[in-house]
Amino acid sequence: MAADAHPLPNARGDRLYDLAEVLRSKNAGPLLITFDVILPDAATYRRVVESEALTPELIARLYDLPAGDVQIMTFEAANAIKITIPRKGPTSGAPGDRDVYGAQQHVPLIDILIP
Amino acid sequence: MDEARILSVTGNLGYGFPEKSLLEGASRQPHMIGADNGSSDPGPYYLGSGQQLTRREQVRRDLGLSLAAARRLGVPYVIGTAGTAGGRPHLEGFLDILDEVSKRDGHRYRLAAIQAELDKELVKKAVREGRVRPLGPLPELTEQMVDESTRIVGQMGTGPFVNALEAGADVIIAGRACDTAIYASFAAYKGLDMGLAFHMAKIIECGAQCAIPLAANDCILGTLRRDHFELEPMNLDMRLSPTSVAAHMMYEQPDPHHFFEPEGMVDLEASHIVSLDPRRVKVTGSRLVSTGKPTIKLEGVRLRGFRTITIAGMTDPRLIRSVGDVEKRVRDGVARLVQGTLKPEDYELRFIYYGRDGVRPVAPSATVPHEIGVVIEAIAATQQASNMVLSLARSSFLHGYFDGRKATAGNLAFPFSPSDFEGGPVYEFTIYHVMEVDDPDGLFPVEIREVA
Repeated sequence: MAADAHPLPNARGDRLYDLAEVLRSKNAGPLLITFDVILPDAATYRRVVESEALTPELIARLYDLPAGDVQIMTFEAANAIKITIPRKGPTSGAPGDRDVYGAQQHVPLIDILIP
Repeated sequence: MDEARILSVTGNLGYGFPEKSLLEGASRQPHMIGADNGSSDPGPYYLGSGQQLTRREQVRRDLGLSLAAARRLGVPYVIGTAGTAGGRPHLEGFLDILDEVSKRDGHRYRLAAIQAELDKELVKKAVREGRVRPLGPLPELTEQMVDESTRIVGQMGTGPFVNALEAGADVIIAGRACDTAIYASFAAYKGLDMGLAFHMAKIIECGAQCAIPLAANDCILGTLRRDHFELEPMNLDMRLSPTSVAAHMMYEQPDPHHFFEPEGMVDLEASHIVSLDPRRVKVTGSRLVSTGKPTIKLEGVRLRGFRTITIAGMTDPRLIRSVGDVEKRVRDGVARLVQGTLKPEDYELRFIYYGRDGVRPVAPSATVPHEIGVVIEAIAATQQASNMVLSLARSSFLHGYFDGRKATAGNLAFPFSPSDFEGGPVYEFTIYHVMEVDDPDGLFPVEIREVA
């Protein structure tokens, strides 16, 4: 199935893309990319956090990084989870960079299944 | 002072804000008006080239309206990171627009201009004394890296702004500044709580980005009192909720609970947001924690060369399958053709295939897309050299051979004539470090003059 197609009901859970109200990536300075996963309500937030599906190991695999480079933080006040990784290649806007603002780097996260 | 009403005009002066929102904001009798004008987000080009991201006409419009509001109210108007990157040419460019608008509208005021471009010798001395460290995955700064940089700016904190306010400035235009300093400086000047002031400043520096619907190009009012602050968007069609405000604290920040300023760490662990009504929230509990010796964040770029690009499309299925072979032949062909003029290390040649893996890497797929786009990029020491490299790459790609080729007239569909575009100088961030300093305010001289 294409990454953007609407999924069939999946016994193993829901895609993070479908659960999240906001799922975005953005520069945090020219050296880091930060992802915000904002869930629509406290119950969905707890479901995602308690599923323990978002691990540094998983993010590291999706972005081809060592797990030690991945920082994950929960932010209950906003029903949100924040993930921050270093830019692997060139710094923002340097030759060879493909995303100066880092705004289209979230897509590997969208198919993560939350039980 | 027990209450400071601070109006943020917009997240970036020049992005355009609704005039109605500004009028609403002015009707609340703010004690200070502010606007940010910069960011490192658009990349290293602006700091390197001295150019600004927003166009003169855009800035003139936003500045004209907001300056008129500030002068009518007779309150300070504070603008940070002038001209996108806040270096010397950026500040001068901005002051030129300010001068034009002031003459046109007949404003009289006391102006403070604050420089943020740093002398290289000063940075090298700090490097020698071990007072500079990288912020994240960059190498340690060396004196050679400082020498090779095109321009270095420091991000000023609240101090230089307070100095300007104390000198009676009506309009303050600063070079590179912490976004928060634009607004938090007024609280420092009035002796208000700086933990709350920095938190409020961190939110309103993005304009109404924390509102629903979010918009960086709209006005928001922050009201700072002794033990809390309130926020209200000045666009009456916008709302605010504790969640929308909390969520904004994540934006472009690696840690939603803490952020660092030259004055210390702002700790939001005990911060609490409640709704007062659908358009207003109240925030308590934000604290400023001292982190010892003051530090200033440095930003610097170096010139990598000059860029030329071309854009084209491909739709022949055999070509799309063989594009790797074509690219290899083009690379070899260009290397052969420039022999004698350029060595391999004298130029960079890149091929970006949109529709395949232009933005992100992807595992090879058996299916062939309907079409893919290619951007060919050449970078070399001069514009002339990059033009030549790109021209050779473009023609070799257009006519390049691959096994099974049937469309022998050409491999590329160009949307434009001419097909090649000069991109000008290309920079990269090489300095994103912090520097320990005894007197951070001394790095940012405040120049006062009367505008009449």
